[in-house]
Amino acid sequence: MNERFRPGDRVRASRTDPAHHTRIPRYVRGAVGTVVAPEGRHPLPDLRSRGLPAEPEPVYGVRFAARELFGAGDHTVTISLWESYLEAAALTEAEHEAEHRAEQP
Amino acid sequence: MSGDHDGAAAPLAARVRHLEELLERRGLVDPRELDRMLAAFLARATPANGARLVARAWRDEAFRARLLADANAALPELGLSMGGGLQDQRLTVVENTKDRHNVIVCTLCSCYPLALLGPSPTWYKSEAYRSRVVRDPRAVLREFGFELDPGVQVSVWDASAESRYMVLPRRPAGTEDADEQELAAQVTRNGLIGVAPV
Repeated sequence: MNERFRPGDRVRASRTDPAHHTRIPRYVRGAVGTVVAPEGRHPLPDLRSRGLPAEPEPVYGVRFAARELFGAGDHTVTISLWESYLEAAALTEAEHEAEHRAEQP
Repeated sequence: MSGDHDGAAAPLAARVRHLEELLERRGLVDPRELDRMLAAFLARATPANGARLVARAWRDEAFRARLLADANAALPELGLSMGGGLQDQRLTVVENTKDRHNVIVCTLCSCYPLALLGPSPTWYKSEAYRSRVVRDPRAVLREFGFELDPGVQVSVWDASAESRYMVLPRRPAGTEDADEQELAAQVTRNGLIGVAPV
């Protein structure tokens, strides 16, 4: 499996709340962050902890703004997340406009 | 169930014990050998290792650059590793600057760069630190007696997966003439976690 995401990509953390062991903390679930760097490949703990077959998959460092996670704060939180926990996130309207402006001559 | 780490680890611990017993019964592993390996690893795992790395980085600009770019590759220069005979873990060293301060936590349990910092302090494993430092790091640092300038950006690193982090503190003023040993003596465990300036 090739890396689906690259540094700078916007990603949304999964909202699922499994009954089994997982390594995606509640505080990032559903939040949108930015991929900082790929961090190698590791089997998904959700499968491994249940004794199920798990191929190594990409893990990424993902940075979140505190405001996105908690609605307040000016710091950032960076955390490693398995690719299965992430989906591509669209740019917000404000970000889209900023990119659009940057592309203008 | 992310908060229930003990629950997930218990069957794993039982499996490890079972495997150990099988290996011992079949004469493949000497139980004393396992104890010796663990004892040897823990004897080498101390915050003095992290302090040596910091002192070298302060005095040697090229080493600092290598440490920040690829910490796992730089560690052997000081005879250190993130494995210590056990699992080799990915290490990222995050540098404090006049504009940015870093602090590390594991929100899910107690992941920590044991080989460089020794066994983690009790508060690092407490629910209070783990849940609060991601939400309001400035308030938590203040409780450690460390008041950050409001203009300094704070980066929190949650080491809850396969990566470990260590903070490279800022070199204290007035240490221009200090040698590596004197510099290392100034570095504290809390500084390497990011809850103290050095």
